[in-house]
Amino acid sequence: MKPEDTSNEKPHRHIKHTERRDFLKKSSLLTAISLAPGSLIKAAEAELDEKFASALEQLPLSIEVNGKMQQVNVEPRVTLLDFLREQLQLTGTKKGCDHGQCGACTVHVDGKRVNSCLSLAVMHQGKKITTIEGLANGDELHPMQEAFIKHDGFQCGYCTPGQIMSAVACINEGHANSKDEIREFMSGNICRCGAYPNIVDAIADVKNGGQKA
Amino acid sequence: MINFQYVRASTVKEAIGTLAKAGDGQFIAGGTNLVDLMKRGVTAPQKLIDINNLPLKDVKSDKTSITIGALALNSDVSENELIIKQQPLLSMALKSGASPQLRNMATVGGNMMQRTRCPYFYDTAMPCNKRKPGSGCGAIGGYNRMHAIFGTSNQCIAVHPSDMCVALTALEATVTVSGPKGSRKIPFGDFHKLPGQNPEKDNILQKGELIESVSIPENDFAKNSYYLKLRDRASYAFALVSVAAALSLDGQTIKACRLAMGGVAHKPWRLSEAEKFLAGKKASAENFEQAAKLSMAGAKSFGYNDFKLKMAPAAIVEALSKASGLS
Ligand SMILES: Cc1cc2nc3c(=O)[nH]c(=O)nc-3n(C[C@H](O)[C@H](O)[C@H](O)COP(=O)(O)OP(=O)(O)OC[C@H]3O[C@@H](n4cnc5c(N)ncnc54)[C@H](O)[C@@H]3O)c2cc1C
Ligand code: SF4
Ligand code: FES
Ligand code: FES
Repeated sequence: MKPEDTSNEKPHRHIKHTERRDFLKKSSLLTAISLAPGSLIKAAEAELDEKFASALEQLPLSIEVNGKMQQVNVEPRVTLLDFLREQLQLTGTKKGCDHGQCGACTVHVDGKRVNSCLSLAVMHQGKKITTIEGLANGDELHPMQEAFIKHDGFQCGYCTPGQIMSAVACINEGHANSKDEIREFMSGNICRCGAYPNIVDAIADVKNGGQKA
Repeated sequence: MINFQYVRASTVKEAIGTLAKAGDGQFIAGGTNLVDLMKRGVTAPQKLIDINNLPLKDVKSDKTSITIGALALNSDVSENELIIKQQPLLSMALKSGASPQLRNMATVGGNMMQRTRCPYFYDTAMPCNKRKPGSGCGAIGGYNRMHAIFGTSNQCIAVHPSDMCVALTALEATVTVSGPKGSRKIPFGDFHKLPGQNPEKDNILQKGELIESVSIPENDFAKNSYYLKLRDRASYAFALVSVAAALSLDGQTIKACRLAMGGVAHKPWRLSEAEKFLAGKKASAENFEQAAKLSMAGAKSFGYNDFKLKMAPAAIVEALSKASGLS
């Protein structure tokens, strides 16, 4: 199926997949075809009705995001990044390259930093996700957020959520013992503005000040 | 990305059975290579079988070897105390690969199965015999800066991009795989293949087979191992050339030696001639240079990668010097 087939529908307007199955079973395939875009018709013509149903299918997913349990339905092809940004409207996590090459999409999964753009949302059943929105404690900024402000750790700010998520993990992993080590273990986050020296200073400062995890 | 069916397997048997039944299915582990390729339309499986729940994540040791599960994360293996102590070459190679975030997702099995980074393979508008057999090779006569200098064919000059696999080749690991017809063991050096006339196949894994684990036999290289990786920037880039060097020294005499190179061939490139030459010799700059010279026999470049003919021998000397403590 082409991405256009379903992706511009808002999640809450989706028919639940159980209902949809029912609908497919009850109605003749032809009725469905008359409502369906071209690529679906092709699938049906090839008598791929099983596949036809499954292609429309959304899978149930329970996932905890920033401390809140979410019971949702997602298409298998939706990345964790797109799920967070488009389905939960958590747009703090940025899409830079969408191919694992920049780190802008870095979030924590069960406390570990990962690139959310190369991960499918459905692969995180039962996992705990933390995004930049979940880092502060109410109005109180996380020490790493404060340090980025104090040290001017950004210019345009686009890479910053990813940098901060990565920086918090870098210290938690024990990889911030020298500026060289910080540079190596922050190499997965590219900054087009070149704020690197200040980012390293911010991390070293938090590390020396003793970060509360 | 073209949509697909998604299922989770919880046992090896279930994973293999599900794949056998799915006409056009693939396993997904970390997803760091597969999701990328699916987004670009290079591959479009109809079914993904998530194998992350399989019990293949452990690093275990017995008297004669260390066995690493196929789903162990690249980051976990690189930080594993046993690996750092007994097989530091593997830890170094893993830490030089990708980024901390990617290593937190990438698995050992996925790393072995990752596809080439040849830009023509990734660009579906370009000819590529690996992606589309018979369509031609964009890199021969094209922009081939990252490409191979050993073991190429007139069909494909791509390199295998893994760092981990270079170390595992030098360490003479063994791969255990399971499939519908049962399980078998494959020497690591035989797992990946040269392009020959069928570059669409990267390795000898049969359709439907699952990698279960990799075992590294005990050795005494821990004190004198080094993984050298040369690339366009200091970190987070694929190798132009890399060298895994492991020595067992008796004073200044080399008792045994293992050498493999990355970034130069369609598979991790073992330097057997150099290994034989160095055995029993003194660890000296002169001998290392001689070994490097021997290693370059048969090398062939394609224009933009001519520089590798100079970079590779220099890298061999440097890696051997670092491993032996000469520099
Ligand atoms: C920006 C970027 C930079 C990178 N830099 C480097 C680098 O410098 N050095 C380096 O070595 N690597 C690098 N990588 C590649 C990375 O190491 C691989 O993508 C990763 O190891 C793949 O593992 P995975 O578990 O994510 O595999 P997946 O993407 O899940 O799977 C890859 C393939 O392996 C198959 N597969 C997975 N597990 C098994 C199994 N157990 N049995 C059989 N088949 C299996 C899948 O079906 C799929 O075809 C980089 C990747 C990116 C995106
Ligand atoms: S080198 Fe191999 S992967 Fe690259 S274009 Fe040629 S055939 Fe394709
Ligand atoms: S958006 Fe994920 S790494 Fe660039
Ligand atoms: S602040 Fe602009 S990309 Fe980093």
